[in-house]
Amino acid sequence: MAKAAETTPAQLPDAETTRRLFRTMALIRRFEERTEEQYTRARIGGYCHLAIGEEGAIVGAIDVLQDGDCLFASYRDHGQALAVGSPPAAVMAELFGKQTGVAHGRGGSMHLLDVSRRFFGGWGIVGGHLPIAVGAALALEHTDQPYAVLCQFGDGATNTGAYHEALNLAAVWDLPIVFQAINNQYGMGTSVKQSSAEPELWRRAAAYRMHGERVDGNDVVEVRDAVGRLLEEARSERRPALIETVTYRYRGHSVADAGKVYRTPQEITAWRKKDPITRLGLLATEQGVLSAEEIEEIWNDVAAEVKEAIDEALGAAFPDPDTLYEHVYGDPRWRDQFAAMRAGAPFGERGEEASWLT
Amino acid sequence: MADVTYREALRRALDEELGRDDRVFLMGEEIGRFEGSYKVTAGLWEKYGPRRVRETPISEGGFVGAGIGAAMMGLRPVVEIMTINFILVAMDQVINHAAKIHYMFGGTVAVPMVIRTPGGAGAQLTAQHSQSLEAWFAGTPGMKVVAPSSVADAYGMLKTAIRDDDPVLFCENLVLYNLSGTIPDEDEDYTVPFGKAAVVREGDDLTLVAHSYTVQRALRVADALARDGVETEVIDLRSLRPLDAETVAESVHKTNRALIAEEGWSTYGVGSELAARIHRVCFDDLDAPVERVGQAEVPMPYAKPLELAALPLESKIEAAARNLLADCGVL
Repeated sequence: MAKAAETTPAQLPDAETTRRLFRTMALIRRFEERTEEQYTRARIGGYCHLAIGEEGAIVGAIDVLQDGDCLFASYRDHGQALAVGSPPAAVMAELFGKQTGVAHGRGGSMHLLDVSRRFFGGWGIVGGHLPIAVGAALALEHTDQPYAVLCQFGDGATNTGAYHEALNLAAVWDLPIVFQAINNQYGMGTSVKQSSAEPELWRRAAAYRMHGERVDGNDVVEVRDAVGRLLEEARSERRPALIETVTYRYRGHSVADAGKVYRTPQEITAWRKKDPITRLGLLATEQGVLSAEEIEEIWNDVAAEVKEAIDEALGAAFPDPDTLYEHVYGDPRWRDQFAAMRAGAPFGERGEEASWLT
Repeated sequence: MADVTYREALRRALDEELGRDDRVFLMGEEIGRFEGSYKVTAGLWEKYGPRRVRETPISEGGFVGAGIGAAMMGLRPVVEIMTINFILVAMDQVINHAAKIHYMFGGTVAVPMVIRTPGGAGAQLTAQHSQSLEAWFAGTPGMKVVAPSSVADAYGMLKTAIRDDDPVLFCENLVLYNLSGTIPDEDEDYTVPFGKAAVVREGDDLTLVAHSYTVQRALRVADALARDGVETEVIDLRSLRPLDAETVAESVHKTNRALIAEEGWSTYGVGSELAARIHRVCFDDLDAPVERVGQAEVPMPYAKPLELAALPLESKIEAAARNLLADCGVL
């Protein structure tokens, strides 16, 4: 039941879809490039993982999510947030640690989310979110909702125990979930071949009697077609699948990694020739779906949008340190007890007010 | 009122919450046809079916994670970990995920999940099956940790836990399962709030603090000390996070002496935390330093004489109490 997809030239979808795919990928590319720049200007702290080069795998899959479907992703999640439609200003504000960020400055780069768009995060422990995504699929099944979960993760996650447990549970429980391995060839600086006894990650689906397949992750149309089909099967037939989207990150693991010691410049150059955005642009102009002028206009447009996002995020306020204790818990009933627990003032006798709840 | 065991009180709470709220479902190893390793879920699989009493593979990290995901979607999973020792393979899901989500995502998504699990020792189950690890979790912001010692609390606090909007670690105890007691009738909708310790025996001479099964031991120690005219105030913490240090401090203010007993190791334990708080608030009240009793600082051994030597038995708690009182010139 598992197969490696043939590499046939993609048939472009309708003009509107093609344009949307191109624009979203361009938006992510521009956003990531400016993010890198903002990081070097010390406006972004902590870890910052860029997905430049992986836009085809991200956007092709997310484009076929329907209202009600859920998305989970790893910490390399800026593209996911933009692809689901979160305002770029709110995403950039989160990277800046601002109150207007998608997680109100509590999450940062790795923990973007947008519950209103059913994007359930940005997760920081490799493989850790896979069982949680299974739980979301379980909830859909439990409540008879006709939707599916798309769970994206890197190749490195496929060697964790959580990966195995998640795929096994999804299979034994017949859950509506599509696992998408975004294989960018390296878990930090360790190659897939070094780390995986079966480097063709899609073949592991067989261990769970699950459908598995591999597609060219730099062909956004192929990704879209394949994930769209698998999500539809997940929705209608309540069965999970594993898809491996083969792609490449041009940058290092994070902005702190130059990405040069474990791979050759020739390798990076070779992958750049397969760039997902350039490829779609060429195909679209060849087939007369987009003109060169329209493409240039899109690039200008997303550049302006990202600039506006940066300006808006720069102007936003940082969270007030007085709100430090907000959101640790959501249930209001034990507020007084938690307030009394603060070290140094066990019963609040120094008049400290723990505003741990909104 | 009904006379039941601790085990039956838990079963009734689960049954009533399953009946009350469609969002509640149970998940865990052997909780269905097998009725639970300790029979807490007996009869529920037949009554509610395999979707609401979901049997899982041996896959703690996987199904605790699945509980988190289901909770984020608005369900109210009650996950059973067969014993607290096995939660260690799911630690990443509990500490790195469940406890962090509401805060890390800026309060935009909650995790109303309960993890039920028994700890405790004393049946020669040896090093990997005899631990009381609740203090590890109680030290983690984002978690709520409760450990009822009585039948009524087991019933009322499990209902509270299931209705709570945050992740709750609900610590049961292997020795307590057969304890007898009474619970109110279902129509009273009885719940017990978190963060409120209970004074289960009043006294003026010594404050003895405990949680879970150690409360039963503490009450027996208090009986023994009473024969020598010492009146011990026994406090059942009931909840470790939130922690009700105020009730403890009020007692110490009266007795001027404090001893904390627990089934886990004392070092970095519940007693350590409470001692720090008591010293901070009751410094001028204390006649002697706060004392602690816990399991001997060894992995639990198998041989019965060794196990008895390691357990925080009544004899050890009583000896610590007598030493403390002797230091104060009381005994």
